[in-house]
Amino acid sequence: MIRLEKRPQPSRAWSMATPLVAVIATMIVGGLLFAALGKPPVEAIRTIFWEPLFGEFAFYYRPQLLVKGAPLVLIAIGLSLGFRAGIWNIGAEGQYIMGAIFGAGAGLAFYPSESFLIFPFMVIAGAFGGWIWAMIPAVLKTRFGTNEILVSLMLVYVAEQFLASVSLGLLKNPEGFGFPGSRNLQSWDAAHNAELIAGTGMHWGVVAALIAVIFAYVLLNRHMTGYHIRLTGEAPRAAKFAGVNPTRLVLFCLGTSGALAGLAGLFEVSGPSGQISIDFNVGYGFTAIIVAFLGRLHPVGILLAGGLMALTYIGGDIAQSNLQLPAAAIQVFQGMLLFFLLAFDLLTNFRIAIGKPEVA
Amino acid sequence: MDLSAINPVLLIASLMVAATPLLLAAIGELVVEKAGVLNLGVEGMMIVGAIAGFATAVESGSPFLGFIAAAIAGAALSILFAILTQFAQANQVASGLSLTLFGLGLSALMGQSYVGIKPPQMGDIHIPVLSDLPVVGPILFGHDIILYFGIALTAAVWWVLKYSRLGLVLRAVGENHDAAHALGYKVLKIRLLAIMFGGACAGLGGAYISLIRVPQWTEGMTAGIGWIALALVVFASWKPWRALLGAYLFGGVTVVQLNLQAAGVAIPVEYLAMSPYLITIIVLVILSADKSSAPASLGRNFHASR
Repeated sequence: MIRLEKRPQPSRAWSMATPLVAVIATMIVGGLLFAALGKPPVEAIRTIFWEPLFGEFAFYYRPQLLVKGAPLVLIAIGLSLGFRAGIWNIGAEGQYIMGAIFGAGAGLAFYPSESFLIFPFMVIAGAFGGWIWAMIPAVLKTRFGTNEILVSLMLVYVAEQFLASVSLGLLKNPEGFGFPGSRNLQSWDAAHNAELIAGTGMHWGVVAALIAVIFAYVLLNRHMTGYHIRLTGEAPRAAKFAGVNPTRLVLFCLGTSGALAGLAGLFEVSGPSGQISIDFNVGYGFTAIIVAFLGRLHPVGILLAGGLMALTYIGGDIAQSNLQLPAAAIQVFQGMLLFFLLAFDLLTNFRIAIGKPEVA
Repeated sequence: MDLSAINPVLLIASLMVAATPLLLAAIGELVVEKAGVLNLGVEGMMIVGAIAGFATAVESGSPFLGFIAAAIAGAALSILFAILTQFAQANQVASGLSLTLFGLGLSALMGQSYVGIKPPQMGDIHIPVLSDLPVVGPILFGHDIILYFGIALTAAVWWVLKYSRLGLVLRAVGENHDAAHALGYKVLKIRLLAIMFGGACAGLGGAYISLIRVPQWTEGMTAGIGWIALALVVFASWKPWRALLGAYLFGGVTVVQLNLQAAGVAIPVEYLAMSPYLITIIVLVILSADKSSAPASLGRNFHASR
């Protein structure tokens, strides 16, 4: 008889191994899916995971890895803080949008000034935009006990409508011949989040993501707030007795994740994307949830997971043009990854025992 | 702006149509939550139901078969959630989210060749005399069969939860799974069945959107209705009739804002389109003070260690 025995402590070895096992399982089942779609499975998997890194045009794709990975890591780092404490911000997509709108709006208010202060001001405004948007579910949760999952998610739809509204109205390019969308920030030096080293994809968002990883690591391992976060997640009752203030924790976790998502939005709108438009957001806020879990809610893990997820985005694009693999197939692929991760996590917390249970 | 163009009778009739997908999904989730399981994958199951139903209806020419396929697809997807949470003991919030992310991708993949097609029509019922009555006719006797099914389902769930043995066992599992286990009830089996019921209902709700309400297939067409359904369960304090009331309220908001858009009110379209989501938040805030009616074991996993 096969049964599950709860481990006294989660296995550290399995905790590290499950993401890898999940990736391999996703590759196998994903390959079957691609085969079912009539695409060569091995070729497709190779295109997604190998081509961007070592293929013929890798010099072009490698910088893209940083461009796509930075917002994912930045958002996921913020989310992981809350997830660890059982505070579920799943509206990062909305905070990302608001960060971009606030940041771009703050900059465009001074157009066409060339002051060097404009970009720093935009960064602050972007972080503020994400922060204030995340403060709505945070304050509602702490004041009224409202479920933060539902509120933060509803606010994504509100933010999307707001995005449509400003791209057609408030922030519309006055010289844009009536097309929706703001001025292009890439062609305005003072606001352009340009590559720091040409041809590497390295922009301020990448720098911010790396700083966030270091900060989160220090916070979780060396700081009282980080200890409180971990304590609340692992033993809520003990946290209560230890005097953890749940209100402050909710405000801190949601606020930080909102600010980081807002920053990600600002760096995107002022850099790779260049302008506020109706279809500005591409789902980084949701994919970051997968990144956070795949990285085991650990800063270093998230950095690696963000890179892997960026790889599937870029590899998916290549597979789309080379093999006509539908874009949605990559979305399924990413969703599947989270599935397998959660399923294989069983091995972290439980031991599979064979035979009859011993009589205690 | 011309508000006189809005016909109150048609408004109420279309309100009932707009409310039905919400009602179906919410009733399903209500049963799931009554069994102590929080499945955040409603949106994912709805959208997969929407495309499965749409595709089946187009291929077979029968909307009825479409609805059956949608229910099966929703239930099938919910089994994935059940495997993760009930057997692999995964976190319910994370598993539900993964179900939604996966479902959105899967539906987009399945629906590629169905964009821009019109599905076969599901006829409205027509009862001689009654359906032809002014005012009352179009509101009460002029809808499709699934709409009435939704109301009947609400009544059935209410009765089962309140008066039947099955309902009692289900509630026991949701209130205290350890006690239910000690009494000899199969906690995992009951939860699995409840999750599948919720999945089937969500699938039906999704198909209602793609086959009757819109009727068309577009990517991500559920647009958060699954999440509003989750909020609706809280709004209803886990009571079926209040879920019906809530669904009609939200259906009303949706229909009124669409009518106002059409009538050309001075409020920009985007702000009107925000209103259902904002109202959901406001309602949640008002009602979240009282959590006493939530099932006590909601969101907690059960593992029989003894």
